[in-house]
Amino acid sequence: MAVLVRLLGDIDVAEEAVQDAFLAALERWPSAGAPPSPAGWIITTARNRAIDRLRRESRRDDRHAQAMQLLAADESDPLDEEEGAVRDDQLRLIFTCCHPALAPAVRVALTLRLIGGLTTTEVARAFLVPEATMAQRLVRAKGKIRDARIPYRVPSESELPERLRAVLAVVYLIFNEGYRASSGDLLVREDLCREAIRLGRLLVALVPNDPEVMGLLALMLLVSSRRSTRTTAEGDLVLLGDQDRSKWDRAMIAEGQSIVRQCLRLDRPGYYQLQAAINAVHSDAPTAAATDWRQILALYDQLLALAATPIVALNRAVAVAEVRGAGEALALVDQLSLDDYSVFHVVRADLLRRLGRTGEANTAYDAAIRNTENVVEREFLTRRRENLNHLA
Amino acid sequence: MPRYLLSFYQPQGDIPPREVLEPMMRELDALKRELEGAGEWVFAGGLHPPSTATVVRYEDDGILMTDGPFAEGKEFLGGVTVIDVPDLDAALAWAAKYSRVTTLPIEVRPFNEMRR
Repeated sequence: MAVLVRLLGDIDVAEEAVQDAFLAALERWPSAGAPPSPAGWIITTARNRAIDRLRRESRRDDRHAQAMQLLAADESDPLDEEEGAVRDDQLRLIFTCCHPALAPAVRVALTLRLIGGLTTTEVARAFLVPEATMAQRLVRAKGKIRDARIPYRVPSESELPERLRAVLAVVYLIFNEGYRASSGDLLVREDLCREAIRLGRLLVALVPNDPEVMGLLALMLLVSSRRSTRTTAEGDLVLLGDQDRSKWDRAMIAEGQSIVRQCLRLDRPGYYQLQAAINAVHSDAPTAAATDWRQILALYDQLLALAATPIVALNRAVAVAEVRGAGEALALVDQLSLDDYSVFHVVRADLLRRLGRTGEANTAYDAAIRNTENVVEREFLTRRRENLNHLA
Repeated sequence: MPRYLLSFYQPQGDIPPREVLEPMMRELDALKRELEGAGEWVFAGGLHPPSTATVVRYEDDGILMTDGPFAEGKEFLGGVTVIDVPDLDAALAWAAKYSRVTTLPIEVRPFNEMRR
């Protein structure tokens, strides 16, 4: 797909051509057998179909010119395309999909559609919007890429770090959307996590030795390793401390931790690496009680210095509670203005409960329940609140 | 090369004092020379305030004229620059320079060059 976008210079034309080629493959391969290089065959066929299509539509002058240009340009057999060249094309397409001139939601949709290869229907279902809405959003985005000439290239050295951050943010957004399972079809959402990890691996291959790219992959693997223990069979939420650690995915943990160690050797800590390292510490602890909270707090101190957001400060406060006590943590939490964020109220409620301030904890749980739209979370919080009153 | 319209949006209200405006104008001149040097300058112009605008509309029973801008808003189009650059990234880079100098938000839009 990425190769064709470069050859054809237009995402729509490339998409149509790929569809044509796959249809042709469906007709031919079952009887004639698959060619030795199926990908190469698809590229060659798609390119030829695109030329046919452009010729057919060539009453428009510029379409004709496009067809001629395509014939003249790159007469070399795409089968001979080196793997490296294909990878470069893929990387270019990623940067186009994640261009800052596109709205973040549009970047996510384009990346899933064009890099992830999800169908428009799948992308629409993943984001709980009607298919027609998603189709329109994608058409508009591709129109902007074409008409505003969002370039199809890897950004220059000076722009690269910032643009790469935008790409990582898109992948992380896809992952979180899948992991939070905030609502909707659970299966599709799990697919989103898997897709985000696949994109993470792709980026590691395309941009080797970038510690943040590696850090994001490690973070997603380590968080994902706990997926199956995050809810009960009935779909109720289970907190990290109460999860059955024997059911964590050891292969994912091993891979994630090994990447974290590679990052440490590169010694250029960043946002994703530090979060990955925090998750690696959790993965290391055989029991919740054995968690090395001092190390986690030290990592949060670094993270806060790097990204002083209220959310990071809130998460750090949880570690402070474990190391220095609930009282000190509550003082930190009460400085934050995160009134619309349900987790903020959950953390407060828990700290108040530990301090024996049951009445205030109750009020905080009420606020948390008011601020979440996730049914599973709401049930969980309601149970927590009832437990609190039961104990009191 | 594709051409882009950079539209400078200005808030309603007082114009900045002379001591702010003058160095700004000098920097804008320098930017214009830079664009010309790169062969990417096409046209630029500042506009009188929206109160000087007239909207003309052809209707069945004749020409209708209304005093004032087409759309009233808290911000108004204060001026435009047209540049001729290779792609959106180049256009955005110029817009960023203009925005830094003028402290104004700038809308970047490609001209529709298709003649269909």
